Amino acid sequence: MNLDQIQRDMFEAVRTPLTSTERMKPRTLDGRSTREIANRVIKPNDRLTSVERLEIYNRQYWFRLISTFADDFPGLRAITGARAFDKIAVAYLAECPSRSFTLRNLGSRLEFWLRDNPEYIRGVENIALDMVRLEWADIEAFDGPYGDRLTEADLASLGEDPRFRLQPYVQLLDLSYPVDELLLHVRRRQDVVPFSSNAVNARRRTKLRRSALPAPEKTFLAVYRLDDSVYFKRLDPEAFALLGALRSGLPLSRAIEISVPYTNRPLDRVTSQMRDWFANWASLGWFTKSTSGTDH
Amino acid sequence: MPANRFNGFTEYGVGIGLRVPHYQHILAKKPVVDWFEIISENFMVDGGRPLAILDQILDQYRVVQHGVSMYFGSAEPLNREHLRRLKALVRRTKTPWLSDHLCWGSVDGTYSHDLLPMPYTRDAVRTTARKIREARDFLEVPVVVENVSSYAEFHVSEMTEWEFLTEVVEAADCGILLDVNNIYVSSRNHNFDPYDYLHAVPRHRVAQIHIAGHSKFRKYILDTHDHPVIDPVWRLYARAIELIGHTATLLEWDDRIPSFDEVHNEALKANRFVTRAVEAVS
Repeated sequence: MNLDQIQRDMFEAVRTPLTSTERMKPRTLDGRSTREIANRVIKPNDRLTSVERLEIYNRQYWFRLISTFADDFPGLRAITGARAFDKIAVAYLAECPSRSFTLRNLGSRLEFWLRDNPEYIRGVENIALDMVRLEWADIEAFDGPYGDRLTEADLASLGEDPRFRLQPYVQLLDLSYPVDELLLHVRRRQDVVPFSSNAVNARRRTKLRRSALPAPEKTFLAVYRLDDSVYFKRLDPEAFALLGALRSGLPLSRAIEISVPYTNRPLDRVTSQMRDWFANWASLGWFTKSTSGTDH
Repeated sequence: MPANRFNGFTEYGVGIGLRVPHYQHILAKKPVVDWFEIISENFMVDGGRPLAILDQILDQYRVVQHGVSMYFGSAEPLNREHLRRLKALVRRTKTPWLSDHLCWGSVDGTYSHDLLPMPYTRDAVRTTARKIREARDFLEVPVVVENVSSYAEFHVSEMTEWEFLTEVVEAADCGILLDVNNIYVSSRNHNFDPYDYLHAVPRHRVAQIHIAGHSKFRKYILDTHDHPVIDPVWRLYARAIELIGHTATLLEWDDRIPSFDEVHNEALKANRFVTRAVEAVS
């Protein structure tokens, strides 16, 4: 057996989900015998069989990934309950294993996977999807790319009908539920500090009180960072639409035209409102000169 | 031989891993620490708090990068995006050397995020050494490889772990991050004498040493980094220092992390053995 074949065989066994008692399953995801792989590849010793030695890695793989997944999506876990969440974690990670050198991106495909597999969130589909979108936006806002902030001097030189660029880390979400409040509530009940290390993981079993779910409420939200902390900011529907139009690259006049209806409101009030919005967004550093670059 | 070409000819003392629960203490109290080791992957991001904290640390302290997912031993090629981001971080930290593990952990671009053990074969030596050279040439910084704790051995292995380590570092012409706790853990799991391993290591290539705690189970030991260093590991460390000389030493504590002072004091115990070794030599 060459190096490539050994690694393919062993990895297939390692990434096979565990049994309900956290032991190695008899068959890999592609249907092969884990015992046959273990006996062919791994030496036994005086205390452990080949299967038992391979099982150590099988368990560590799943403990590590499920712990990270739970750290990243505590809001989803509070909505579904621990047992359903563990089923989601195993099914998702079996189908969408990590394709990145960093665990940060472990949940990047979760929203789309849940849309394709709604049976895992039956009864709470919309609020669960809202929560997953919020939790992924939170990860993106935390350490996403940053462009040079637009200064007052830059504003003066933008011309009559400028195109404002939003910082890449500002995430805009239109939600059917007020999951921002729910997530803040969940976080207040726990204190998790995830980071990568090369230590072996033990399975963390955090207690979970399943949260009372809020009633539907249309919620427009910006997820952004300021002074290296992530914040959620509720937006008026028009403000949300305007920011979305600016993000799509439209010039200011066109963005206003399609996002801020003038009906029932005097023009001076609308103008004043927009002035306040732009002053606030500029003070939060949401506008950038460029769309690429990194912090500091 | 503390300073050598594998650690950028530096003379670092005893350091600890930079970990999130200690950020506030370090930035507020500015404790005297010889150097910090960072997990590279935690800072290979585009912006935000990780890089802001790192820059504040870099203003005050010496930092060395330690990676967990380069996977020199994986049969597949190196991940170019990983290397590109790592190089940007190397430029930021000015790390005098960069370490990662002598292990594999990915297949076809799918990552295990674990340090999987190598089969000790000539085929594996060639693949691993070539990838270490490629990484070093791209990153333009000395690359050193760390021996891992392992829980399995392969039928196809053609040599001992220490022979494999020696063959790889000679073929790659790179340094070693000698983890004495990992030697101890593997010696217990695979029934060998840890001193045989230690005595066989090409000592002129050792750039850095790791120490750590581990967890004992009924039939095996796991490298959990969640306890103080045990006496047998300290004795192994003492012998390593006698053989190699005063070498940059780093305590790893990654789970159930106690206060900064407790971790730092545990690390500073290493100085006792360094002093004795220096006295013995003089």
